[in-house]
Amino acid sequence: MSKQIVNTESNAAESLMRVDGLKKHYPITEGVLRTEVGRVRAVDGVSFEVRAGETLGIVGESGCGKSTVAESVLRLTDPTAGSVYFDGEDVTAYDDTALKRFRREAQMIFQNPDSSFDPRMTTGESVAEPLKIHGVGPRSRRLEIARDLLERVGMSGEDAARYPHELSGGQKQRVALARALVVNPRLIVADEPVSALDVSVQAEVLTLLNDIQAEFNLGVLFISHDMGVVREVCDRVAVMYLGEIVEMGRTEDVFNDPEHPYTRALLRSIPTVGVESRGTDAGLRGEVPPPSDPPTGCNFHTRCPEVIQPDGYDFEQAHWRGVMNLRVAVERHGVDVAGLRAFVGVEDDASVSPADADAMKAELRREHDIPETLTDPSAEATLEAALDDIVRGDVEDGRAVLAEEFETVCEGESPPLDEDGTGRPTACHRDGAAAPGGDD
Amino acid sequence: MSEPLLSVSDLETQFHTDAGTVFAVDGVSFDVDHGETVAIVGESGSGKTVTSESITSILDTPPGEIVGGTITFDGMDLTTLSETALQDVRGKRISHIFQNPQNGLNPVYTVGRQIGEAIRIHDHGDPEVPVQRQVVDLLDKTGIPEASARVDDYPHEFSGGMKQRVLIAMALACDPDLLIADEPTTALDVTIQGQILRLLEDLQAEHDMGIIFVTHDLGVVSEIADRVVVMYAGKVMETGTVEDIFRNPSHPYTRALMDCLPGRGGSMDRIEGSLPDVTDPPAGCRFSPRCEHATEACRSGDQPPLWGVDNGDTHEASCVYYDAEHDEGELAGGEGATGGHQ
Repeated sequence: MSKQIVNTESNAAESLMRVDGLKKHYPITEGVLRTEVGRVRAVDGVSFEVRAGETLGIVGESGCGKSTVAESVLRLTDPTAGSVYFDGEDVTAYDDTALKRFRREAQMIFQNPDSSFDPRMTTGESVAEPLKIHGVGPRSRRLEIARDLLERVGMSGEDAARYPHELSGGQKQRVALARALVVNPRLIVADEPVSALDVSVQAEVLTLLNDIQAEFNLGVLFISHDMGVVREVCDRVAVMYLGEIVEMGRTEDVFNDPEHPYTRALLRSIPTVGVESRGTDAGLRGEVPPPSDPPTGCNFHTRCPEVIQPDGYDFEQAHWRGVMNLRVAVERHGVDVAGLRAFVGVEDDASVSPADADAMKAELRREHDIPETLTDPSAEATLEAALDDIVRGDVEDGRAVLAEEFETVCEGESPPLDEDGTGRPTACHRDGAAAPGGDD
Repeated sequence: MSEPLLSVSDLETQFHTDAGTVFAVDGVSFDVDHGETVAIVGESGSGKTVTSESITSILDTPPGEIVGGTITFDGMDLTTLSETALQDVRGKRISHIFQNPQNGLNPVYTVGRQIGEAIRIHDHGDPEVPVQRQVVDLLDKTGIPEASARVDDYPHEFSGGMKQRVLIAMALACDPDLLIADEPTTALDVTIQGQILRLLEDLQAEHDMGIIFVTHDLGVVSEIADRVVVMYAGKVMETGTVEDIFRNPSHPYTRALMDCLPGRGGSMDRIEGSLPDVTDPPAGCRFSPRCEHATEACRSGDQPPLWGVDNGDTHEASCVYYDAEHDEGELAGGEGATGGHQ
């Protein structure tokens, strides 16, 4: 243990692990030749560092790539591009021997304690197994170390003789922590370590993780979808959306003053305990686009409540979001004009009467949260023209009108993760600009 | 006041296993009215799901068995109904939605066909209107965009949140009076969870349905419930309106549960000890072995009755501190009162 501490103190850079431009793409192949027809961009260029004694949280919804980051930094899966430096050495360049040595220093804890233990091994044997793999001591010595560690995570030495099925979920996760610690690692990657546990047990495992981290001066990369848990254990947090980090900073800063619209929306969607906030609207419509076909520009612009308005128009922000909903729908999968005709009761080959056309347009507006008339007359005229095209069946013309007139910077360029005006890395074109309607 | 829509009284459900009899639900009572959402909240093993499954007898019997109590729905006692009569209630009058939308849909049929099946089996809907048309309306109502285009899609073409919408559409196919939702948003992302909760609220208002919402998530409870039933080890610990429970949590278990929520900014407590062995539950209050306020009176006899809290007629806690002889003010202190309460 003392050797570790000397090590980290002498490390002037302080950074235990540094990840630079990490990408992991999974090819989509087709046919016998397995020609690549597309790529799932699970992780699309993320950079961060984990210091000794620090917990960095990566938070995001399912499919945002957070678990792929965890696997890539430990080289459980080989990254497509980018580098991972551990102690200044590039992990991605390691050969097998070096990789084995590295894996003694960096350990992982998984989400489901039920599936991460061999049911035929006692907990003592499970905890001792990493020592065996790394060639430490005779069996009796290994079991002794295992028993010692079980005690440190709040189990008793006698538990070493028990089998996984005899333990509760929380106890299993304690054993998993003991197993990770047994080889004296300096970095722990924990992928949703408490998501499978009841809330009363979560607290106990999280407290233990905090204590152990302080005692051993560990760096921890903590992956979770649960903002509450992240707030509890992380010193810094990185928010991921569709394979990219959109905001990173000290946990309290990110939670108290979120800069990125996605972070804001995510925090608003957490149901808070207490009846005061009942009925507040999260305002996030739609779903995460598929990572095989991410949007152009800012990944979040298809759902962002704060998406930037085009020059020359003056929308109310909620109405502008509605128009963008329509644009996104038209760009993504077109409009089901036949369904729309059936909805208002137009026969298959009949021409659309003006009254029917109005009904169809009203339905389109309703579906995309656009009001009956926009407050800006010129925007209203443009929208009406596009809707006329669409209900006539000329969806492509309507799309072109919308795309040309209502173009936003958000769909153009991908915003860099920089500190413009915010003092904290945020990937948003609004950088520095206040949220519309004031900061809440 | 008229009869409630559903009245569960003293329900006892047991599982007969090799390891002994599991007292999964042990004397649980609550009512649900039209247009009302009652949340049953508890940790895993508390009996909340078994309670909800007992209502329409969808438990596996054996090993499960409803051994006592009554479940009165629209004047019928569901515990005494024949299987045929029950089938008429299930799906048509009382619908279920479950945690994992993956498992609720048949992967080899289109979603339209599966929803249509619910309408056809229960002989529901307007015979004049084609079933396909009714299905599209249902999907549209649950917020599936381009419903008419998606009706012929297969379940794998839908995301998790969309699948849950499909299952809600299926559950609503027969315009049920009562919807039992067992952790319907637990498998979903938090932004999608918000969408589904709002959808349920809208549909409830439209159909004047009663909803039983089973969950472990107190945040979701405070968002959607009108009344709350807190369960622990097969017993009701506390019940009240959502304001009662969150403004004035009264049972030591409810308080402990709220104190261990992460991310509130304050310190995170934990509940010492572990869930009791449900084949051999402790005497007295089920929570007494883990309760820092437990006295001798808590450890003997059976679970204390539900005593009124604050003289309110809506708020009750199953804790001896709320009977006439005790002072519930003693619960407020951090340190536990020791034995010998006289």
